[in-house]
Amino acid sequence: MKNPVMTASGTFGYGVEFADFVNLEDIGGIIVKGTTLHPREGNDYPRMVEMASGMLNCVGLQNKGVDYFCKNIYPDIKDIKTNMIVNVSGSSLEDYAECAARINELENIPAIELNISCPNVKQGGMAFGVTTEGASAVVKAVREVYDKTLIVKLSPNVTSIADIALAVQDAGADAVSLINTLMGMVIDIEKRKPVLSIATGGMSGPAVKPVAVRCVWQVAKAVSIPVVGLGGIMTASDAIEFFLAGASAIEIGTANFIDPAVTVKVAQGINEWLDQHGCASVSEIVGQLNA
Amino acid sequence: MKKYIKDLIVKEVEFPHELYVLLKLTDEEPLPATMPGQFVEVKVEGSPKTFLRRPISINYVDREKNELWLLIKKVGEGTHRLAELKVGDRLNLVFPLGNGFSPVQKAGERVLLVGGGVGVAPLLDYGKYLKDNGAEPVFLLGARSKTDLLELDLFGAIAPVHVTTEDGTEGEKGFVTQHSLLNKEHFDRISVCGPKPMMVSVARYAKKAGTPCEVSLENMMACGLGACLCCVEKTVKGNVCVCKEGPVFDINDLTWEI
Repeated sequence: MKNPVMTASGTFGYGVEFADFVNLEDIGGIIVKGTTLHPREGNDYPRMVEMASGMLNCVGLQNKGVDYFCKNIYPDIKDIKTNMIVNVSGSSLEDYAECAARINELENIPAIELNISCPNVKQGGMAFGVTTEGASAVVKAVREVYDKTLIVKLSPNVTSIADIALAVQDAGADAVSLINTLMGMVIDIEKRKPVLSIATGGMSGPAVKPVAVRCVWQVAKAVSIPVVGLGGIMTASDAIEFFLAGASAIEIGTANFIDPAVTVKVAQGINEWLDQHGCASVSEIVGQLNA
Repeated sequence: MKKYIKDLIVKEVEFPHELYVLLKLTDEEPLPATMPGQFVEVKVEGSPKTFLRRPISINYVDREKNELWLLIKKVGEGTHRLAELKVGDRLNLVFPLGNGFSPVQKAGERVLLVGGGVGVAPLLDYGKYLKDNGAEPVFLLGARSKTDLLELDLFGAIAPVHVTTEDGTEGEKGFVTQHSLLNKEHFDRISVCGPKPMMVSVARYAKKAGTPCEVSLENMMACGLGACLCCVEKTVKGNVCVCKEGPVFDINDLTWEI
């Protein structure tokens, strides 16, 4: 990777939507929109509600399916010279494996991020990610058919995220990324109704950052595979917190909505911080908390 | 159309009414090309509760003065904060966003532009464009009351203006769809921007009359770039982003019950 900054799935489209604002090749990795075996319409509107220091969404993995991706989107993004990574989701073991197998055939997609943590779909999604057995089963099923880098995205909506991380490591994951959104709810008190169409949604933005840093810290101590940290990163100093907690790379999500050029600014800010602190690379600070 | 992030300069601040603010923005260099009906995403500073940018219609672009106007209704904390901006302040915009209204279809076409409340905002820029490009726009503007009618003099300088107010304090009393103009004159097509119930009733009228009609939607949105998929509207082609495929839609592409 040219730098440790990636974009979080579902917040950066397929990258091309942001090409007017940043040189996409200056970003360490672009994790594109969640892709499923079959097309999904997603949930009804309203899908988003704002809160202080964050937002909730219940998009529900709207996408046109893996065949459409391979035929119509891949040709447009395959020559972007950075790590173009596909986020893969599903509602059954077979769906996950079949979708991953299709992506495996795409030469310029060096990795997938397996989403076992989406809080916004009725079946599957997070259901796999909240038990060690479910997480292990889906990672094993995908590992059998997918031979490139397999990153598994974890949910914070669990009792022990370190146990889930260990399970996916044992099942063959090459890395874990965390956290996906925190499940939340907002109520319109005049209508006495939830604001979001499916009542609950995934909370993101700076409000969730301390939860994410804590999760990364717990997971990094437990596993031996690399940890990718995300959750509320808006600035380079936020990113440094994740490195110190044990992440060796980070993803930027919701911040892309506020500043479409934030990725390259954070990447630059990380380098400045490293220079100021006499560090040659991020690896020197990964997990380097003073006891 | 290329999109930009820019810190524009607040050149003038006007208050047409206590509930509204008109910001006239400028830049050191010529403003980028925009199309009528497009919008901007404004970053609101100094409001901890306002996390996301605010999508605001482009009210008018004055190329000679290098000005871009935003006509804003004070609704929540974010828009109230925007109304506190002073001349010389900087305002960060991501723009131009969305598809905009239809270009001129044929010389001399009569286009009815229907606006409600602060939804009149993009029709000023569109009306000027239509007039300058050989079409014949006519404005039909509705509001609750006389004081909610905005920029009437500016609309009047472009084309004929017809008005309704719900309380009858200006123009004909009632809703835009009840205006006598609709029974008297023929229009080749209609463009609408305003509250959803108003747009639905105009769409219903247009469908019945067999007049092509487009509406500008304002679903809640986050990114404004078609990335987050939050602002979707159900269409005959499935869920699509209002910020990217819209905000302007042909009523036949929507799934409204009209």
